[in-house]
Amino acid sequence: MKPFTQHTGLVAPLDRANVDTDQIIPKQFLKSIKRSGFGQNLFDEWRYLDEGQPGQDCSNRPLNKDFILNQPRYQGASVLLARENFGCGSSREHAPWALEEYGFRTIIAPSFADIFFNNSFKNGLLPIILKEKEVDALFQQALATEGYQLTVDLASQTVTRPDGIQYPFEVDAFRKHCLLNGLDDIGLTLQDAQAIKAFEARHKQNSPWLFGAIKSS
Amino acid sequence: MTGKTLYDKLWDMHEVKRRDDGSSLIYIDRQILHEVTSPQAFEGLRLAHRQPWRIDANIATPDHNVPTSPDRKGGVGTIADEVSRLQVQTLDENCDHFGILEFKMNDVRQGIVHVVGPEQGATLPGMTVVCGDSHTSTHGAFGALAHGIGTSEVEHVLATQCLVAKKMKNMQVLVEGQLPVGVTAKDIVLAVIGKIGTAGGTGHALEFAGSAIRDLSMEGRMTLCNMAIEAGARVGMVAVDQKTIDYVKGRPFAPKAEDWEAAVAQWRGLVSDPDAQFDTVIELKAEDIKPQVTWGTSPEMVLPVDASVPDPALEADAVKRDSIERALKYMGLGANQAITSIKLDRVFIGSCTNSRIEDLREAAAVAKGRKVAATVKQALVVPGSGLVKAEAEAEGLDKIFIEAGFEWREPGCSMCLAMNPDKLENGEHCASTSNRNFEGRQGAGGRTHLVSPGMAAAAAVMGHFVDVRELLN
Ligand code: SF4
Repeated sequence: MKPFTQHTGLVAPLDRANVDTDQIIPKQFLKSIKRSGFGQNLFDEWRYLDEGQPGQDCSNRPLNKDFILNQPRYQGASVLLARENFGCGSSREHAPWALEEYGFRTIIAPSFADIFFNNSFKNGLLPIILKEKEVDALFQQALATEGYQLTVDLASQTVTRPDGIQYPFEVDAFRKHCLLNGLDDIGLTLQDAQAIKAFEARHKQNSPWLFGAIKSS
Repeated sequence: MTGKTLYDKLWDMHEVKRRDDGSSLIYIDRQILHEVTSPQAFEGLRLAHRQPWRIDANIATPDHNVPTSPDRKGGVGTIADEVSRLQVQTLDENCDHFGILEFKMNDVRQGIVHVVGPEQGATLPGMTVVCGDSHTSTHGAFGALAHGIGTSEVEHVLATQCLVAKKMKNMQVLVEGQLPVGVTAKDIVLAVIGKIGTAGGTGHALEFAGSAIRDLSMEGRMTLCNMAIEAGARVGMVAVDQKTIDYVKGRPFAPKAEDWEAAVAQWRGLVSDPDAQFDTVIELKAEDIKPQVTWGTSPEMVLPVDASVPDPALEADAVKRDSIERALKYMGLGANQAITSIKLDRVFIGSCTNSRIEDLREAAAVAKGRKVAATVKQALVVPGSGLVKAEAEAEGLDKIFIEAGFEWREPGCSMCLAMNPDKLENGEHCASTSNRNFEGRQGAGGRTHLVSPGMAAAAAVMGHFVDVRELLN
């Protein structure tokens, strides 16, 4: 998992409430055997005019020019500005996978659905809850200003506007630690790598037959 | 100090570290991989630029998706279903890429993960064994600590050789006495589930003990532990004894030479101490157990073959009455209908519960010299692995089945779950030696009755359920 410390990036304002995981990544893509490749199908039904199929080459599909992510001024956006209850619906982890692979590093909204919120942290995507009126102000500025960027600093827990105004946000201390250090569940266990190795050495002495018997030729 | 249970001992042998939140890191000795639950785990490793912690702890084989018809000899490319083909191909690619030993589809050692592990000696007493499949409890028959895990845990084990786990409670299922002839391990475990229910073992590691269990073969013990999960327990176990050791000896991945002596010395200690305390104890008398048949849509809806299905009107509890009514409706059965009056459309002998050589012998003993009833559309025998198939053929069992009108197939999960071409059609009744009779498990609208291999063969030749003992002499 990529660590998240400080990030400055272009803002894409997605002005809809209750964006659900089926809109983030439609269900036909869940049949995949992969956990990558979903970025091109992020918001598939909004982004494209035709119906998307798994495994398809999306470069020639007809684009919905009105959709925010298809507008030239939002190309390369890495900060998603959203409305309340973002990520509601199913528990599919494909939703944060798709957002992350598309290039988003953080999502700012007045509220998030629980499971999506959790899944995002596990995948290096920082969900930030700001007050309703702060989010409103950011929407106004982002829509009014081409190339509008925000800076998110996880250590100091602040979002900084181009004019220097800062909004503080809350984050659970444990999750902050994991994100700052790029630790997913596996990363966390690997912090105990020394203990695992020491155990393994003892285990091998007690039961040497458990090691090395299986080899692919 | 009181003694330890087998589960306590296995846990202590593998606990790497207790974490602040009360969970533990448990070291995993063996991971078995198959095509359905591993692709995203491998990809997660790649995306994070991680390597498997210990390649030699892993072994793989495709089973859920592989066709069982003879034309699969044409290779993976000939699998008709696109998703199935892709999953099998992906397993092959991942194992090749990381150097993990895999028994590929047409390798004679290929088969159902829970048959292949023990058969190869890849499952050994005293091990922790995991697989992305809930019936991993099967391997507990060897005095191992074995349970199913999810895909993100498969990745976790690949990357760290550990699992984050919390210790469970201890439950003992004590079966004393002698089983009547024609009554098998499958009947014991179905009777246990009938007694304690599908949630009875929740949160417990379940140890089967008592003289009737010690009398069982290793195949029988695997059948028992396989279905611990249907009793709600993720872990089922049987203590090590001479039968365990004899079964393991000489298997391809079993310890050799001086390692063997040291291993056996260690394994002999893999029993619950006489003064060990169990949180829960369930007792059954072997003499009381009759051949079992499930009549409903949950494994706990089970009765002896000479019984009649329940009458919801006689059930006082409204919730239970409702579930009986719904199950009878789905199964197309009437209240008080005799189990022996249920007619079968198909018969399936196979699955990780009952596809080992002993199971096939048991079914063949009934099928020998008889014919599958004309009203039965299909009767399948699907060996659990290529080696089981070869052994059965060497004994001539294939001929007995074929002469009786059964189909003799290539190894795989087959009709246990509707993920490959072997399926039930809407409304069909099937006598099945598998482990789950949930709605639609064997195909949309299919009606599954779980039984032992002998009972399934008897149902095939009679066209309806019958006490297998009437056909044995
Ligand atoms: S035989 Fe059935 S229960 Fe066993 S692993 Fe295969 S699908 Fe699962």
